[in-house]
Amino acid sequence: MDYENAEKILEVKHLKQYFNVGKADEVRAVDDISFDIYKGETFGLVGESGSGKTTTGRAIIHLYEPTAGEILFNGKNVDNFTSKADQREFRQDMQMIFQDPYASLNPRMKVKDIVAEGIDINHLAKDDADRTKQVEDLLETVGLNKDHSSRYPHEFSGGQRQRIGIARALAVDPKFVIADEPISALDVSIQAQVVNLMKKLQREQGLTYLFIAHDLSMVKYISDRIGVMHYGRMLEIADSDEIYAHPLHDYTKSLLSAVPVPDPEFERTREEIAYDGSGENDGKKRKLVEISPRHWVRAADDEIDMYTQRAHEASLIRK
Amino acid sequence: MENEKDILEVRNLQVNFKTYAGDVKAIRNVSFDLRKGETLAIVGESGSGKSVTTRTIMGLNARNADITSGSIMYKDQDLLKKTDQEMESIRGQDIAEIFQDPMTSLDPTMRIGKQIAEPLMVHKGMKKEKALAQALEMMKLVGITDAENRINDYPHQFSGGMRQRIVIAIALINYPEILIADEPTTALDVTIQAQILNLMKELQDKISTSIIFITHDLGVVAGMADRVAVMYAGKIVEYGTVDEIFYNPKHPYTWGLLSSMPTLDSSGDELPSIPGTPPDLLDPPAGDAFAARNAYALKIDTEQEPPFFKVSDTHYAATWLLHPDAPKVTPPEQIVARQKKYAAMQKDLVAKQRPSVPVEEQEEQQ
Repeated sequence: MDYENAEKILEVKHLKQYFNVGKADEVRAVDDISFDIYKGETFGLVGESGSGKTTTGRAIIHLYEPTAGEILFNGKNVDNFTSKADQREFRQDMQMIFQDPYASLNPRMKVKDIVAEGIDINHLAKDDADRTKQVEDLLETVGLNKDHSSRYPHEFSGGQRQRIGIARALAVDPKFVIADEPISALDVSIQAQVVNLMKKLQREQGLTYLFIAHDLSMVKYISDRIGVMHYGRMLEIADSDEIYAHPLHDYTKSLLSAVPVPDPEFERTREEIAYDGSGENDGKKRKLVEISPRHWVRAADDEIDMYTQRAHEASLIRK
Repeated sequence: MENEKDILEVRNLQVNFKTYAGDVKAIRNVSFDLRKGETLAIVGESGSGKSVTTRTIMGLNARNADITSGSIMYKDQDLLKKTDQEMESIRGQDIAEIFQDPMTSLDPTMRIGKQIAEPLMVHKGMKKEKALAQALEMMKLVGITDAENRINDYPHQFSGGMRQRIVIAIALINYPEILIADEPTTALDVTIQAQILNLMKELQDKISTSIIFITHDLGVVAGMADRVAVMYAGKIVEYGTVDEIFYNPKHPYTWGLLSSMPTLDSSGDELPSIPGTPPDLLDPPAGDAFAARNAYALKIDTEQEPPFFKVSDTHYAATWLLHPDAPKVTPPEQIVARQKKYAAMQKDLVAKQRPSVPVEEQEEQQ
């Protein structure tokens, strides 16, 4: 990825997403996060369950009304779309691939109708023959047989269903795709197939992905940059190779140290690093600081030196 | 028992499920041993028969299951010949299971202390107070914080990781000889997973139980297992020690599994993947069931089922590639790298003057 001349496709600014606001059970699912996604890249979002990564994805595609903050897509504020036409264009440009391929396809609809739903709503087909052709092309693009178009979802395996979900997302020719745990419901041997398909589509159609997952090795493989979330906050953002090789934040270190690796020799010596999250709530004001080029860490003013020191030790910064 | 070191011997097990569409041949002639105090991992995709195998051992199969042949020997008794009532006294006492989903395997209406104490009262006829006292000890052992105050809480008051600790406490309260762990950490986050796996290892040392560990996560296997059995389409296709399976795998399916999992340092445009999907076990294909997805398939693979070939005393693989007449093939890049590492490790072993493992490939019918 060439970040020198990269254009921002999405800007998230101080996004807050609270639930049950003002009540005793108020949940601050996403608490003031900011990040940008560049055109053509894959941005991975990792974190434990409850860290707010799915909520972030859903807020970006505007399934929720944000409590505070701005989401700019191609420079336009997603919240301020008043006209139907603007909203439709936004919905067309941004699509989502869901986690569970068993729950996200309507069992009563034929595959061709599932895939063509977006085409119909946006009137993208001239006539029936054009619609059929578009659907068949899409099915072939995702590696399914075009004769499958008049079947129902239950006739397909998990991996095939996820391909149908991908075809549906691609039907309206999106620019930006949010993939929320797209492979975690699939078998290991099928996961690789779907990831390869997603990478191929990105090369051919110049898509931008927001890839949300908890499988850290798969996220590293597919992503250009990665953001680490914890308790609704973004703790660290960096290029994927760098964040794995030289994590600066203690939480990232702890998270990475817990990933089991398919290598018995390595596993025998692996030591998990515990993380004490209480330091995060000591009342100090923290924000993301760029410690080394494109490597951001959430830090209070008096912690910046410590992180800079760590970056020096990892020779991320040259003097 | 054939071998004194074994606690469990499964021989020629075949299980069919009767469905409207016909018989699903879920387990097709599976044999394996579980040694005392070891952890045996069974890996494979969903539908490969790993859960059915353990459910057959527990006697917990669905009603349409039909065990057509085989034996499961435990302490010189065949578990398949036991009545339901006899199995009830074995389950939870001699053989216990940690189930996959901690959210659904606890009774939501029963206090957790009682759920943990129940196996003691049922199997040992222990009085309630004494059983609850032991349950409290067990809760501390599995690391439930503030156990005294939480013993009367209900499952919904605990997080996923804590609930899985409760499930483990229930399984271990009678110090079972065999513990079956069916994907015990799949529903958990990596940090919690690491805690639970460490806990299981610790407890295994303390109460010296044998574990059958079922998972599809090869990373977990690498850290937990002493020996590994790889299952595909209702059969074991390769088994060996954890080092042999990870560093010197012989079956193309094992190659595919190992290379399709990205490690933290894999890169490149394409992840090696296994093409296609597993076969339909209503009508399993003739020959090697993996042949259709196997880039290394030989002509004989579609005609005749491969027998187990011996790789070492502890390592066997069912692939025709090990036959002396088979053409020599080069495994995928990642596997070659693993084999190099294995060769280096073997050298180290010899240098340390330990008995070396013969790596000669000899044919042997199982």
